[in-house]
Amino acid sequence: MSTLRVSFSAKPWLWSFIAAVLIWLATIAFTGGQGAGGLLSSALGFSAFFVIVGLGQLFVITTGPGNIDLSIPANIALCGALGMKLMAGDAGLIAPALLAVLVAGVAIGCFNYGLIRLLRIPPIIATLSASFILQSLAIAYGRSVRIQPPPLFYEFCTGRLLGVPYLALAVSLLTAAMAVVLARTRYGRWVLAIGQNARAAELAGGRVGRIRFATYVLSAVFAALCGVLLAGFSGGASLAMGEEYLLASIAVVVIGGTSVAGGFSNVPGLWGAALFLYLLVSMLNTFGASAGIRLICTGVIIIAVIIAVSARQQGGRR
Amino acid sequence: MAAATCTLLEFQGTGKTFGAVRALEGVSLAFHAGECLGLIGHNGAGKSTLMQVLAGTLAPDQGAMLVGGQDLRHRYNVRLAREHGIRCVFQELSLCPNLSVAENTRLMCAGLAGWGWRARARRAIAEQLQAIFPGHGIHPDDIVADLPIGQRQMVEIARAFVCEGEPLQLVILDEPTSSLDAGVAAQLLRFVRRFVEGGGSIVLISHILGEMLSTCDRIAVMRDGKVVQVRPAADFTHTSLVECMGHAAKAAEEHRTFVSRRHGTPVVDTCPARQGDGQCVRAYPGEIVGLAGLAGHGQSQLLLQVLRQRVRGRQGVALVAGDRQSDGVFPLWSIAQNISVASLAQLRRGGLIDPGAERALANEWQARMGIRTPSMDQPIVALSGGNQQKALFARALATPHPLILMDDPMRGVDVGTKRDVYATLAAEAAKGRTFLWYTTELEELQYCDHVYVFRDGQAVLDVPRSELTEALILRGSFQEHSA
Repeated sequence: MSTLRVSFSAKPWLWSFIAAVLIWLATIAFTGGQGAGGLLSSALGFSAFFVIVGLGQLFVITTGPGNIDLSIPANIALCGALGMKLMAGDAGLIAPALLAVLVAGVAIGCFNYGLIRLLRIPPIIATLSASFILQSLAIAYGRSVRIQPPPLFYEFCTGRLLGVPYLALAVSLLTAAMAVVLARTRYGRWVLAIGQNARAAELAGGRVGRIRFATYVLSAVFAALCGVLLAGFSGGASLAMGEEYLLASIAVVVIGGTSVAGGFSNVPGLWGAALFLYLLVSMLNTFGASAGIRLICTGVIIIAVIIAVSARQQGGRR
Repeated sequence: MAAATCTLLEFQGTGKTFGAVRALEGVSLAFHAGECLGLIGHNGAGKSTLMQVLAGTLAPDQGAMLVGGQDLRHRYNVRLAREHGIRCVFQELSLCPNLSVAENTRLMCAGLAGWGWRARARRAIAEQLQAIFPGHGIHPDDIVADLPIGQRQMVEIARAFVCEGEPLQLVILDEPTSSLDAGVAAQLLRFVRRFVEGGGSIVLISHILGEMLSTCDRIAVMRDGKVVQVRPAADFTHTSLVECMGHAAKAAEEHRTFVSRRHGTPVVDTCPARQGDGQCVRAYPGEIVGLAGLAGHGQSQLLLQVLRQRVRGRQGVALVAGDRQSDGVFPLWSIAQNISVASLAQLRRGGLIDPGAERALANEWQARMGIRTPSMDQPIVALSGGNQQKALFARALATPHPLILMDDPMRGVDVGTKRDVYATLAAEAAKGRTFLWYTTELEELQYCDHVYVFRDGQAVLDVPRSELTEALILRGSFQEHSA
């Protein structure tokens, strides 16, 4: 028992995976085992999108209290529309369009940080107001008819290998890469250091401004990438497609075991949390719960998890 | 003295220890009505501790505190101090910046409660400001954050003298003139005399000797937690005050053979931001340069200035913080991670930080600094304060940088650790490293090759070790006359 506890405290991300598995079991117990594989497959597919934005949000939240990126939904809407329009259904334009979307992500990140740094606006307000501007751009720019993604791009976004979506595989690689970035690069170490004590980080020789700048750009680039992939997945961009990602991007970070106070993060936990969130909603669907009940249950469970996680962290630190 | 007839409060053999440090030892001192008592001493002499005991924010652990012939030591606290009319204006401004002057007055005075407190608070603070600083130009509805630092200090002082149904007998003024200009400072000192002549009592702490001598009735000199002299101010001169603060015995101390390293191109050549006369602080390769003077006179700001300048220019620099909690430690990390954070560029292999190299670095510095822990993977907060400080030294010394800045890094460090660290510093300097060392302890200056004494944000003295004496530093730290 004590060894079990040790291995749990060393791997706090296990909790979110265990919760996801329990919910999956509850769902297939209800359906009598029907559709277990399909459910898992679609869970992996949808979770990939949560994880992409979650990665960016995780780095932002890790840089310390007050840091958050609320421009993600609008960013997704704008970059989804941008990507579809530039691709114009032509497979030959996929690469330049993706490049353009990434450049747009960098620009959005620069704009967010510019508001925070130059105008000294708190991040929560800066990124929220930036999101109004982005959303308006998306409305103005994406007003034309819904453009289908090129078939090749659609294939990549929806295809599966032995039941596992390509996207889930790609995003898993991305997750592993970002875990390495956080633990084994100077940039990652300084992100963790700034989140614990920004003043001490500056005095230890860290270039706090640049690190935070890079982090907001990173988050915006990931959101932009999520936008174009989501548009490919859904067969075209829509203005509202980013909406649920505001809460989801924060929820996966927190449920995944990252400290809201900054300085401590948990990259693999993002996957557990994303699967948990998706499976939770499908479980409630399976149980026949109405939309209202579903939303209430999702909210209550997220709050409960956050309370449990923070209680455990406080207990650990004492 | 006639004024000595009514004693408000008396310390008898009062002592206070913080762990192994004796901050106060056998202090016997009486505070009389109708008298201004001056309190003077160098850093760490115990002035602030004594005043905190008097204000009730620190409980002494030895001796007696007599109030009206009764020993109140065991139940003395802030409330009791206030009931006996003892108030305090501390150096760090304690006003709430988002509130108005009148609202800040209300916070301190419980008497300003009930209907119409706002009007009464406005009137009370306006009257007091007028009495102390005629022509002050402050409106009671001004928001504190909008006031310049000097006017905030004026509000802070005036507020301490507002009494609405509460007793007012003794006010502690800790460096009250430090942010006031000369004219306003003179107004305050004149008010102090008027207050004292009206039967009040003032304890004045200041680094300007002229105003101490002209304003105080008696002056108590503190050194090493003890009151070493209490005499009428008229019996002191500038010279005798400075002499009292130093260690007479230490003057005869022999100097090691001194070889100046002041040649070549300086590693540091920076003028403090507030320096008026173009005097710059210079440090040459292999030199240990001390920054002396009273605490908070611009030494830390200079270090920060040098740090930012060099980080921006990508010249190597490392800093050892003195205030571990707010400036140094990353509390969620292990000891090893806390040490390696400044050396990450050197620990990379193929673009990534090499865990093996990181562990090797941590183990090397555990041995070199003698950090007492079973494993460097332990969280840093599990270490004692002294060992945490060693880890911070290791962080700076493990870098390849030629310049190390030290921001009073020996605060709360035990004697054994200090000795180890001094030896390491000397060895590193001999290898050509340069140290810029702000210290509040006079004894540490003897490890320096060159010393700059700071006062009011400026380097006022520039002395090589061969000419360094304690009296010289004290004379530099304390201003003879107000500007």
